[in-house]
Amino acid sequence: MRAFSYECASSIETAAKAAASTDGAKFIAGGTNLLDLMKLEIETPTHLIDVNGLGLDRIEPTPEGGLRIGALVRNTDLAADERIRRDYGLLSRALLAGASGQLRNRATTAGNLLQRTRCPYFYDTNQPCNKRQPGSGCAAIAGFSRQLGVVGVSDACIATHPGDMAVAMRALDAVIETIRADGTTRSIPIADFHRLPGKTPDIEHVLERGELITAVVLPKPMGGKHIYRKVRDRASYAFALVSVGAIVQPDGTGRIAVGGIAPKPWRDEAAEKELPRGAKAASTRLLADARPTEQNAFKITLVERMLSAVLAEARG
Amino acid sequence: MRFDTPATTNPIDQLKIVGQPIHRIDGPLKTAGKAVYAYEWHDPNTPYAYGYIVGSAIAKGRIRSIDVTAAKNAPGVLAVVTTDGVGELKKGKYNTAKLFGGTEVQHYHQAIAVVAAETFEEARAAASLVKVHYAEEKGVFDLAAARDTAVKPDDGEPDSAAGDFNAAFETAPVKLDQTYTTPDQSHAMMEPHASIAAWSGDELTVWTSSQMIDWWRTDLATTLGIDKEKVHIMSPFIGGGFGVKLFLRADAVLAALAAREAKRPVKVALPRPFLMNNTTHRPATIQRIRIGAGRHGRITAIAHESWSGDLPGGGPEVAVQQTRLLYAGENRMTAMRLATLDLPEGNAMRAPGEAPGMMALEIAIDEMAERLGLDPVEFRTINDTQVDPEKPERPFSHRDLVGCLRTGAQRFGWKDRSKRPGSRRDGDWLVGMGVGSAFRNNLVVPSGARVRLDRGGVVTVETDMTDIGTGSYTIIAQTAAEMLGVPVDKVAVSLGDSRFPVSSGSGGQFGGNSSTAGVYAACVKLREAVAQKLGFNNADDVIFADGEVRSGDRRITLAEAAGDEGLVAEDRIEFGKLTETHQQSTFGAHFVEVGVDVATGETRLRRMLAVCAAGRILNPITARSQVIGAMTMGVGAALSEDLVVDKARGFFVNHDLAAYEVPVHADIPHQEVIFLDETDPMSSPMKAKGIAELGLCGVAAAVANAIYNATGVRVRDYPITLDKLINGLPELS
Ligand SMILES: Cc1cc2nc3c(=O)[nH]c(=O)nc-3n(C[C@H](O)[C@H](O)[C@H](O)COP(=O)(O)OP(=O)(O)OC[C@H]3O[C@@H](n4cnc5c(N)ncnc54)[C@H](O)[C@@H]3O)c2cc1C
Ligand code: SF4
Repeated sequence: MRAFSYECASSIETAAKAAASTDGAKFIAGGTNLLDLMKLEIETPTHLIDVNGLGLDRIEPTPEGGLRIGALVRNTDLAADERIRRDYGLLSRALLAGASGQLRNRATTAGNLLQRTRCPYFYDTNQPCNKRQPGSGCAAIAGFSRQLGVVGVSDACIATHPGDMAVAMRALDAVIETIRADGTTRSIPIADFHRLPGKTPDIEHVLERGELITAVVLPKPMGGKHIYRKVRDRASYAFALVSVGAIVQPDGTGRIAVGGIAPKPWRDEAAEKELPRGAKAASTRLLADARPTEQNAFKITLVERMLSAVLAEARG
Repeated sequence: MRFDTPATTNPIDQLKIVGQPIHRIDGPLKTAGKAVYAYEWHDPNTPYAYGYIVGSAIAKGRIRSIDVTAAKNAPGVLAVVTTDGVGELKKGKYNTAKLFGGTEVQHYHQAIAVVAAETFEEARAAASLVKVHYAEEKGVFDLAAARDTAVKPDDGEPDSAAGDFNAAFETAPVKLDQTYTTPDQSHAMMEPHASIAAWSGDELTVWTSSQMIDWWRTDLATTLGIDKEKVHIMSPFIGGGFGVKLFLRADAVLAALAAREAKRPVKVALPRPFLMNNTTHRPATIQRIRIGAGRHGRITAIAHESWSGDLPGGGPEVAVQQTRLLYAGENRMTAMRLATLDLPEGNAMRAPGEAPGMMALEIAIDEMAERLGLDPVEFRTINDTQVDPEKPERPFSHRDLVGCLRTGAQRFGWKDRSKRPGSRRDGDWLVGMGVGSAFRNNLVVPSGARVRLDRGGVVTVETDMTDIGTGSYTIIAQTAAEMLGVPVDKVAVSLGDSRFPVSSGSGGQFGGNSSTAGVYAACVKLREAVAQKLGFNNADDVIFADGEVRSGDRRITLAEAAGDEGLVAEDRIEFGKLTETHQQSTFGAHFVEVGVDVATGETRLRRMLAVCAAGRILNPITARSQVIGAMTMGVGAALSEDLVVDKARGFFVNHDLAAYEVPVHADIPHQEVIFLDETDPMSSPMKAKGIAELGLCGVAAAVANAIYNATGVRVRDYPITLDKLINGLPELS
């Protein structure tokens, strides 16, 4: 870990401003991802801006009938919120499928969205990795890739966004609210939030320098059956090989987002149109552009079978 | 005391304390956080420095130069010691890979420097500033590709044979010829390697985490080129080892060298990723098994060949060991071949040999039973043997494999197992049952102890035996209490200190039986000393009970007997030829029930049962704890543990506990353990045998066989992850 300076921000405006004007600055929320990466010198911020004290820890109704989740709401609190459990069960289940109780007590909504990949080569600073060190190459493509992405990947990087929460939020069409260094705010649909790697896998999202996430907004409840299915090698405390977040309506239409297969939660509205024709049709469409490695090709079959199981569960 | 005739009746047989379910005497210390582990020794008046390791970034080659300028100038840095700077160091007797010194790089994350600083954070930050220039060389990392280059190892007993395997296999009416693979595995114990080294003149004290105090002491002295008498090792508490703390490791060497340079005590802990690539691992194996049998199920021919790899000078994984002994059959052969691999050192991990060997053999037996149309329990029973099948003149000292299988089958409800694979369903789960024999040899190792009796009537046992979480403290206290007729709370046990008599140490499931036998020997001497002091003529007539010594109508309390000066006795158990005349092994049977998700292929355990026949059980609580832990490890081996080799770069990629997946609580269902009531007078005066590794051997295969029974998909390549099942699962509607 490199030495760094530390400040507690006093307002969202000053936090954003300070982050933009200080070289090497980063926000710190729960710290459950950032600190691990700093210890390994994968992240080397020289200045940390603590955003825990900014009052961004509330869940409030929106005039549209949805919910505004503060950026600093802890994963535990979000998963346990009565409104979330009642109207957005998918989100609560996705959160509870992630990490461990202790980690969820610390982890925040914004931090979770921005958690970095779990590609093992990304974690070993002796190995080439375009995401960690642009231009150094990708050790994973010809190496150990079982856990990594099959779709949306590039020749430069096949890492996945490893999280669960974002998968549910993608199915729910959540919107991310931010404030920029100049004090302006914007709303970013989650579909546009994470970037595909292309030639620049080190750039993972659309936030600008200093831009602070203040909230995530959920639309008004959409009913249907909420299912989150996470598949992994052990029963708990592991990232997904594949996860499926689904909202299925009684008429068989629905929304499907898939985790563990792509650099962002993977959803394709065109594939959802195929849902009434069954899992095979929908997953073929969803994974039409897949480019798996030999080691992770099983994810293609797994997605299809999981979709099938999820649809069966939804039918009840 | 020499043990070379079978044990007769002795005070242990009273079983007032030995054999009783006594809770760990060190439990309160551990639960209260007061048991001091290696890294935690802290004297507030000592200015400790903190050391941080720098590991090689390449797998094979040489170090051209190491630039430590930036590191030396970093805040708080007290010393930087580099491998080229210290020059060649002698290698410890038990080490294959060298731990430090010189410019050769043998494997990834080999220690090449240590930075000592005022704080841990400063040391870690400075360590990242060490710049190394390498001359990288091409290495060999892929066992499958190197299989044909494997040779017959020089040491040990790589081959064995009896009868004429080829001819018998050729003509056998029912046969099997299959190849199985097991991956590299990591010990993944809770407490990382850690040492504190402090010099006082030319004398060195090291607080560390070691299973074998005397091996560490000897090898550390050799590595540093100093006199063994000048080295003092302390390791009273160990947070797990599973074999990776048998042999001296880099943390102790680096701490000693850094402390010499920094002129202060230095603490060094290996960060978690260094466990996988800096230390040792269980080597991967490729195993070919051929079995031929008559139609009624008698094995007529059995062959087991195994290929594994290691660094030059290393040894094979002895995965064929159990096949020499477990089942009958007149015509047999085994062979082990060793390839040179430039991966980190392969070495002992819990039940070396049998653990991976049984993973293969017990699937093969299941497959063979199916070919014969026999129940797998029945097939194993038919092929039981009471003698060493390679040397029929050597009987087993005691063997009740059949009792384990029968008891287990009955208790588990084995008769409800569906004979047709893939035919039992519970909602979305395909359900199946599997069985595997358990087998592990019983080793006996000389072990010494000193026993003191003080004027308070308190008995103190001192031995350099270690407690790696197994319960050594407790069974040693029970042994001394039984021998001297005092309650357990009148016994103090001091372990893990090189000033104490050299013990068996902990490994190879020999520690429990051997170390208590050593304590037994010392207690026999102490009893004699007490009797003699009190003027009792014949120590055999003297009774030690209720804190008193009695002979005829004389009764004297132990406290009085000890008197102001106290009494002390020391002895050592040594084992004679009984291990040659008789084969000593431990036996068991593992039964498991699994559910496999019909859509995803996720396997989840539903029930597990182990039945063990392993001599006298010294303490059913600590023994059970060993077995359920081993069963858990077996589930990991079956379902998830796989140290993945990057075959181009030559290292284990998943080098942390997030990516090397050991089971978590949610993976482990109800576990039941049954110990058959038996003793083995050939093993020691304790009549006990090892239990800790037996519990692992055969578990993974039982899981594999249950998965087959559930799904009809036979996987011969561990771990059995869902990607290996998914294409064989039923179509979904
Ligand atoms: C052992 C382990 C297991 C895990 N398992 C899972 C799992 O199964 N599923 C899963 O989904 N996750 C898992 N996680 C990841 C966990 O969910 C994340 O670490 C956590 O959500 C990150 O939140 P945080 O608040 O701690 O983020 P931090 O570590 O504080 O920050 C993460 C990143 O977000 C940035 N950031 C934080 N807040 C803001 C803000 N308001 N605006 C802009 N940028 C911000 C930081 O600068 C940093 O770059 C696991 C983590 C660990 C350590
Ligand atoms: S997949 Fe991406 S994160 Fe992994 S090594 Fe390649 S570039 Fe790095």
